Order: sequence, then structure tokens, then C-alpha cells
Amino acid sequence: MNDTTKAVTRSEDATRDEMARRNGPAQRSEALLPPVDVIEDGGGITLRADLPGVPKDKLGLHVEADTLTIEGEVSVPMPDGMEASYAEVSVPRYRRVFTLSKELDTSKVAAEFKHGVLNLRIPKAEHAQPRRIDIKVS
Amino acid sequence: MYHSLFRRNVLSELDRMQREMREAFDLSPNIRGFGRSGFPALNVGGTPQSVEILAFAPGLDPKSLEVNLDRGILTIAGERMSDLPTEDDGKTAVHINERFGGRFRRVVSLSDDIDPNSVSADYRDGVLHISAKRRESAKPRRIAVQ
Repeated sequence: MNDTTKAVTRSEDATRDEMARRNGPAQRSEALLPPVDVIEDGGGITLRADLPGVPKDKLGLHVEADTLTIEGEVSVPMPDGMEASYAEVSVPRYRRVFTLSKELDTSKVAAEFKHGVLNLRIPKAEHAQPRRIDIKVS
Repeated sequence: MYHSLFRRNVLSELDRMQREMREAFDLSPNIRGFGRSGFPALNVGGTPQSVEILAFAPGLDPKSLEVNLDRGILTIAGERMSDLPTEDDGKTAVHINERFGGRFRRVVSLSDDIDPNSVSADYRDGVLHISAKRRESAKPRRIAVQ
């Protein structure tokens, strides 16, 4: 019963979000989805995200349980009284959420941010790293 | 079978086409094509004194950016190297590939009242900011009635 209620609420939320997205940058909660690359190798996962216009102090990285959230506020100094005539970046905010998997060691995440590109390295936990299993032939 | 038919770049191409279609209906296309969703994304604004152009071009070496102004046409060009693994060595897997890689070129036509000698550009936090002053004679002014 409870679960059903939750599911309905969620779908209503999704509809509202969808409407907010269509109606343009009116809602405060609206954010752009930054493009990312995700590459996995034996040692872990590398995530790169484009967040142009975000200064280092306006970048937020949060890991909570198995959820990674990347947030950034665009802050570009502009002269007073400027009126935008054309905008492709219409919302000054980025947000993207990823679900991490168990074998990733979130306590050892390394982040680097340069020229608007975030570079995250999430290593795999020691026990999850690939290893060769020797086969003993007797 | 599935993978050979729907390779990642085919899917991303479809995604791009879909996005362009959607945006083409939202906004009447520019004379130089569907500029939206190109790289870098552009914002243009102005004050009575200047025209400000922002190019959201993250991860570039500022020296590699070419900004040219020719008869009122401003061109921003350069190249962003893809940093995806080039060789498929069987150990790395690319799960998501959305970031732009390759050569780019975007063109903006500036209004006639721009002073070509006053154009300045700086690159900060992955944003190229081009500022062009309007000519003194073109600035709005109040005309005193005698």
C-alpha cells in the first residue's frame, strides 16, 4: 500500500519535472545535465564531466551511500546591465546523479578540476580488483 | 549481433539527431544551420557599450583557441582531443561517451557598430569570454532640443 503511494508520488514528480523542463528556465530546481565520459578499467572507474563556467568553489561532489552527485553553479562575471539576446546555456546550474556499484571504494575518490573539466577517479575495492587465479594441477 | 548493429557511436548519433530535431522545432534555425547543441555552446548578450559572447568550451589549452574577426564575422575554432582510450585492449570499457572530441568551429555575426580593434578575449573555468566594444558614435544618446 505504502509502496504504491510512493510510486505514484514519484511518477507525479517526474511529470512535474518534465513540465518544468519544457516550460523553460523558470523553476529554481532546474539544472543542466553535463555531458560525461565514463571509462572502466581493471583498477576502477574514471569519470570526466564538462562543467564550463563553474569555479572551483561552486563545484559540489557528494557521495551518499551508493549515489554520486555532481553539482555546479555557473558563475561568469558579466558587465552590469547586460541583456542576453541568445542563450544555449539557459540555466546557470549543472546537476547529475550516478548510482555507484558495491565494488567501488568511495572513500578513495580522487577529484581534479581544471578548465571546467572534472576528472574523477573511483578505485575498485581491493577485493574486487581483477586477479589471476592459479590453477593447480596435481 | 546486437553490438555490431548498434555500436555506441551510432546510438550517440541518433541521440544527437533527436536533440537537433527537438531544438529545430523550438527555435527557427539560423542561416548557418542548426547552431544549437554544437560545441562550444554559445551565449550572446549585450550592453549599450559592448557585445559579450560566451563560448562554453571546457578542457582546452587557451593557446590552441583561434578567435578571428573578419568583416563583422567572429569565428571561434579549435580542437579538443578526445581522451577516451584509443586502443581496445580488452581491459578498458567505455560505458558513457557524451563529451565532444575533435575539431570545432562556430561563427557569430556581430552587429555593425562594433569596433574591431576593441575586441578582447579571455579564457577562465572553461569559458571563453569575448567582449567587443561598440563604436563611440553608435552609442545611444539623448539629443538636446534647442
